[in-house]
This record gives sequence, C-alpha cells and structure tokens, in this order.
Amino acid sequence: MLKTLTEQFPPLSRHEALVEANRCLYCYDAPCTHACPTHIDIPRFIKKIPTANLLGSAQTILASNLLGATCARVCPVQELCEGACVLGAEHKPIAIGRLQRYAMDHVYNNGIDVFQPGPPTGKRVAVIGAGPAGLSCAGELARLGHDVTVFEKRELPGGLSTYGIIVLREPVDVALAEAAMIARLGVKIESGVEVPRDLSAEDLRARFDAVFLSVGLGATPALGIPGEEFILDGLDYISQSKMNLPELKPHPAVLIIGAGNTAIDCATIAKRLGSGRVTMLYRRTENEMTAYPHEYAFVKNEGVDFEFLTLPVRVLTDNGAVAGLECVRTRLIPHPEPIPGSNFVLPAQQIIKAIGQQKPSVGAALGLATERGFIQVDANLRTSQPAIFAGGDCIRARGAASTVMAVQDGKIAARAIDKSLAEKVAA
Amino acid sequence: MADLRINFAGIQSPNPFWLASAPPSNTGAQVHRAFEAGWGGAVWKTIGPPVLNVSNRYGAWHSGSNRMLAINNVELISDRPLAINLREIRDVKRAWPDRAVIASAMVESTPAAWQTIVRQIEDTGADGIELNYGCPHGMSERGMGSAVGQVPEYCEQITSWAKAAAKIPVIVKLTPNITNIVLPAQAALRGGADALSLINTVNSIISLDLDTLELIPSIGGKGGHGGYAGPAVKPIALNMLAALGTDPSVSGSGKPISGMGGISTWQDAAEFLLLGATSLQVCTAAMHYGFRIVEDLCDGLKNWMDSKGFATLADVRGKSLHRVSDFQNLDLSYRAVARIDPALCIKCNLCYVACNDTAHQCIDLVDKTGARVQPCTWDPAGNGREEAVSTRPQPRVRDEDCVGCRLCYNVCPVEGCIRMVEEPSGRESVTWQTLVNTEPAITNDWEAMKRYREAHGIDIH
Repeated sequence: MLKTLTEQFPPLSRHEALVEANRCLYCYDAPCTHACPTHIDIPRFIKKIPTANLLGSAQTILASNLLGATCARVCPVQELCEGACVLGAEHKPIAIGRLQRYAMDHVYNNGIDVFQPGPPTGKRVAVIGAGPAGLSCAGELARLGHDVTVFEKRELPGGLSTYGIIVLREPVDVALAEAAMIARLGVKIESGVEVPRDLSAEDLRARFDAVFLSVGLGATPALGIPGEEFILDGLDYISQSKMNLPELKPHPAVLIIGAGNTAIDCATIAKRLGSGRVTMLYRRTENEMTAYPHEYAFVKNEGVDFEFLTLPVRVLTDNGAVAGLECVRTRLIPHPEPIPGSNFVLPAQQIIKAIGQQKPSVGAALGLATERGFIQVDANLRTSQPAIFAGGDCIRARGAASTVMAVQDGKIAARAIDKSLAEKVAA
Repeated sequence: MADLRINFAGIQSPNPFWLASAPPSNTGAQVHRAFEAGWGGAVWKTIGPPVLNVSNRYGAWHSGSNRMLAINNVELISDRPLAINLREIRDVKRAWPDRAVIASAMVESTPAAWQTIVRQIEDTGADGIELNYGCPHGMSERGMGSAVGQVPEYCEQITSWAKAAAKIPVIVKLTPNITNIVLPAQAALRGGADALSLINTVNSIISLDLDTLELIPSIGGKGGHGGYAGPAVKPIALNMLAALGTDPSVSGSGKPISGMGGISTWQDAAEFLLLGATSLQVCTAAMHYGFRIVEDLCDGLKNWMDSKGFATLADVRGKSLHRVSDFQNLDLSYRAVARIDPALCIKCNLCYVACNDTAHQCIDLVDKTGARVQPCTWDPAGNGREEAVSTRPQPRVRDEDCVGCRLCYNVCPVEGCIRMVEEPSGRESVTWQTLVNTEPAITNDWEAMKRYREAHGIDIH
C-alpha cells in the first residue's frame, strides 16, 4: 500500500499516554530539560499527565515554549530531550515529544487559552516575519502587555512550520492554530507585508518602540549549471505538498540534489507520491551529511537511493522536459573536487534541489552589522542598532538551525526587549 | 527436591497454598478448577445466614501503571443457598481427597447456630472449619465477623461453642482491625482453637471519584468502608504474624498458623513461612491473574528451598522469628552507609533530591573531576543531548555524614546500583536497653546525652 502524506504519528491514546508518562522517573534537575533549547520542565509536565492535570501540563510546556505544539512534532528529539533521557542507555527513552503533543492537543482540541494578554504597557513592537521565532517573541511580548504587530510577507503565518515542514511531521492546521493562539494574545498579524519593500526602516522607527527581526533565510542558491531553470526548488516543492498537493505528480525517476533535512523531506514526498526511483545526490559522503542520523535512517527505510560523491553538471532535456542529469564523480581532498572524465548520466523526469538557503538580505538593507552574512547580535539578541533585535535562522551563523532554537530566540529577545523598554521608561 | 507437603493441625495438604475464603472459592466449579491448577487446598467462601449482595463491590488501588496493588470489597459471605454450598463442598472433597477442603463459617452468635453449622459442615466430609471473625463490613453490622473478632471475650466464647460440637479441626480467622492481635489470638486458643489464620481484610475506603464526588466503589451513589487486601497489606500481615510468633503463649501453644494477606509470589510465601506460617492462603493475586499462579508459587518456593538446603517446610517455618526484635534490643553501634555504583548509576539524581530535601543531606553531586557542583546550575544558553549528558553530575555519598537511613536505596530505580554496606563504627555494640540500665541519665537529659555522644564519638549533624 502506498504510504500517505499525512501526519506520521497518530496522537497517543489516553492509555498510551498514561503508560508512557508513568515510565518517566521524574529525574531531579533532569537532563531532558537541560537538553531542550527552551528548557521546558519536562518531568513536571509529564507527571501531570497521569493525574489528568492536562491543563497544568500544557501550562508547564507553554511557559517555556509558546510553540509547544509545533515543537512536539518537529523537534529532533533524538538529538535533544529524548537523546538525553536517562532511560535511553539501556531502555527506550521516554517519548517526550509525543507526550508533549498529547498535552498540547488537549488545549488546542478543547479551545483552551492557557495565557492571557498582560496589562497594556503602551509600548509598540514590530516583529518582522511570522515564523517560529517571530511568533514566540510576539506572544511573549503580548503576555507582558506590549502592543505587538507581526508583519509577514507570505499569505499565512507560521513560516517554515506552515510552508516548510513536511506534513508527515506537522500538518498546516497545527501551525495555524498556534498562530491563532498568539493572535488571541492581542498580537496583530499583517500578512503580505515585506520589509523593506512595504515597510521601510524609517516607518518601523516612527511607528514602533522596538523591532524584532525574524526573517529567516533567503531563497535556495543557484547551482550555476546549464538547464537550472528546469530544477525545482526544494522549499517550493515542500510548500506545494502542503498547500496544493494535487498539483504534485509522481515520476518514474526523481533526483534530489542535497543531503540535508530539507532534501530528505523532498525525497520523502516524492516517494510517497508514488514516484519510482528517488535518488539523493550529494557531493560528499554520508559522513558529512547534515541530515540528522534518524532522518537518514528514515528516508533509507522509505526506499530512497543515494549517490554520494556526485556533483551535477547539467540538466538534460528532451522536448522541453527534463530527461536526466549529467553528473561527475568527486573526491574529497578534503573539499569535493570533480574527477575529470568521470561524467555519467542519471535519467530523471524531475529534479529538485535542496542545498540550503541564501543569507538573509534584510539585515544589510536595514543597515545592520552582519556576521558571515547573518545578522549580528549580542547575547540578548540585540543587533548593532539598539532598538532592533533579531533571532531565528537569520542570526544562526553557527550551529544547526531548528524550530526550537528559533522559539528560544524569540523568548530571549522578548525578555531583552521588555527590559530595554522598561529602561527607556525609567530613563 | 524440597517437599512442600504440610500437616496443618491434622489437615493434610500436598502444598501449603490454599485459596483463601473469598470469591475464588465461591463455587464447586471454581474450586475444582483451582485444584486442577495445583492448589493444595481451599477455604470455601464463608457460608452462613442468608444475605443479598450489592454492585459495585470491588475498589482497587493502582500505582502508576501497576494495577491492583490492593483491592477492597463490600461483598458479603456467600449469597448462594446453604444447601447448595454444603453439597458442593461434599462433592469437591470426594473428588479431591488429597486436597485440604475447609469450610469457612459465620453464623448468628448463639451456641445452637454454631453447633448446627459445625455439624452440617462435618457432614460434607470437609477437613476443617474456619471461623470467620474478620469480615469488616456488612456482617459486622449484624453482630458477626469482625464484631466478634474485635472482642476477645466473644472470640473465646464462640470458639468454645464451635469446638464443643466439632470433631474436625477448628481454625479461627483473626481480624487485623484491632490494636493488639495477640489478645484475640490468645482468646481463640483459650476457647480451644486448633489453629489460627490471619489476616482478614483491613477496614478501608479506597478512593473517591473526583467527577461525581462519590466513594469508590459507588453503590448507587453511596459507598462505605470495605475490606482491604492485596500486596499493599502484606507488611501489616507479616507484622501481625510475627506478633503471634513471638508471643510465648501463642507460639507456646504449638497451634499452627495459616498466614495470608497480600501473598502474590513465592517470595511473599517464603516470608510468611519464615515468620511462622504453616499454610498460606491467597486471594487477591488469584483474583488478578487466575488460578494458574499456583504453579510458580510451588515451583519458586521449591527451587528456593533447594538452593537453601531446606528439605521440608518444617525446616523453613519460623526460621526468622528469632530475628524479630524490639527497638530497645537493636545494636545502636551497627553502622551501614549507602554506596552508589557509578557504573550502574543512570544519574536520575532521585537519591540526591530525596536525601537533600527529606533525609540527611549527605549525597553530593560531583562533576567529572570529582568536584562538588550544585544542581540546576547549567548554562541556560546550552542545550542538546551531548552537552546535557556530558556535563551531567553524578551523585556521591559522603560516608562520614551518611546516617544509613536507606532512603536513597529505596528510591533508586536501578537494581543493585545503591547498596547499603556495613562500615565499622568503631564503637562497641550496645543496645538502648543496656543504656537504660547503665546510663539512665541519658534517657531523659539532653546534656547527659551530649556527654555520652562526645565520649563515644557519635556525631549527628
């Protein structure tokens, strides 16, 4: 039977959740909490599940992470909380992500708002970009009583949670429900507004007391090979699979250029659409892959093939349709170098590239200092301009970008912004 | 191979495991099936005057995902007609001559009523009679069950009525719902009891429903105390068994004791035997898992006896009673300290928080270099599996401050990780009783106690 493009894991039943929650040892100063970038008090929220205190459980989660429903689904838990579980060494770690989803589902399915807006401070903050960092920051600021407007260039809020996370892990509804919850905290979300195109630095300065930039990254860079116009963009491909699935068709052979987590998602979609041979191409080896090990294992299990030490050279077409990709083998010395004369052709009817994203352009446009192309910030996520803060993928000059890191950035920035606004009042 | 046969006040049984008088022994068909599974005997569900039962009857106490650590019930004695019970007892005994078939009885507190029921039971061919003085609900309101068991004079009197009529052994079943179990036991023996059995169920209200605010089990919106049984009552039963075993008049009588109260495994059974039980009765474990559990009860007990070199149950019986001691005779100089095995420790740090918050603050958290660290002091900017695991501190006991309370040992979730090891205290053995005799001042004068501690190097932080 064809595997479908729906959420991979069903919700835990009450019984499953109880059994799993009861396995938790309730560690003191728990390593899972340390490992979580937002430091959710995990044993505390888990222990509230068997006693049917699901509201308390959700409160515990949301107090540290306003996007707990997204993180419950998309976090690389093997690398974070579950990876640090003391039961992991000899037994199975607690399914923290799924228990978190259980508690989050309780409040979202029952229409419970855990938090209310704080008493108004009269301070106005603009958040640029309604992805996880932006929504987290906006929500935290609204809880503190600030008047927050989020400007989002796309039609829907949620950023990658809405458009870029494969449905297997997070359906669109979940991301939109979270954005709606943030909106109910009093946050105004204006979509279709791009900075600086529709809103200049001067506008922002005039209308707001502080700004948080959470603009994410730019488009997928060009490969610079002939026929590139025939190659689909990986993020567009994932976005299509979430917004307009019937438009995507299977093909006898699909090639994915890249071996990161986005490339893996693209390969998964292609496979689950019913494509024949789906092959991922990577110019290095599996040792250098940026995909998480569990993602790599997952996609191999989906039946996806790999061509390592392979570099695309040009797209082959036939009557205006993709027919294949000419490639060349590489060797690592230690950077991948093409081996002359090793060219070969991989037949394909569809080629998708997922080779990372370009650096954000907004930083430079607003005249902010940058670091390796990313917006430069201090420990409080303040940029080179005192009233402008930034977080999420657009500042991630080091380390792996992830949703949960973005949420934590939003939280840190919100606290710093709140403090700076209070200082301004005092001054 | 160890011999599990017993002779209980003249009642022969191929093994010590009897179904207790309870729902599992309600009908002949059930007892047949139990005997097919290998039970050595069965004490029939109590027969007596007419009753009507209610539903719901059973409540239970669960801990986490562990079901039925205890059960409580408001079920009465058999609600099947007396004649049917007597006929089925007769049929079962005829079909299973090698098994112990004992009829439990409870009737109105008159000599005539008791003598009638005794004769009716003897007519069935049953091996013995158990007088139910224990049932804590329903029947007690009608002047039976624990209403008898809680008054030693009634115990004695009714036992003597039954004994006056009985030719087969009379076992008196004691209620635990009493301050001193020895008193009704002595009374029963004065009344002529051939054996004792204990414990019956404990008075209890098991829980409430937080939606309806009703008691559980709810009988049309009402509930009440019921008899508590199962693994959770085992410690109460063991203590009462030991109280009888260490009482000179009870143990000196030579009358056997049938032990019960939470026996679920052969290990539980062995513990009851070590504290003086001859036969063992089981109810809750059978109600949880069915009659099949008797296979492991016998098998495990035999294998343990073989490994210990015990040939018969008589070799095991009461073997630990001489270790039962009053506090005043315990060695105050014996010193045990906790040791945490770092190789087994999973760093849940439950021992640390238990010791630090609620015991004696003698476990430290140490980093990889062995330096003491405080909990919850990691850098909030850090995260990830690698960092959390690699920087996680390890609990370590400060020997010199450990009072040997054994709390950490009890909370540790890893088998064998924390051990209590004997450490020389450097002091001569001494008991409180000795101190009362030799240093009477220290028993009521803190200054004298201070001098004594200083003289003997006893430092309590």
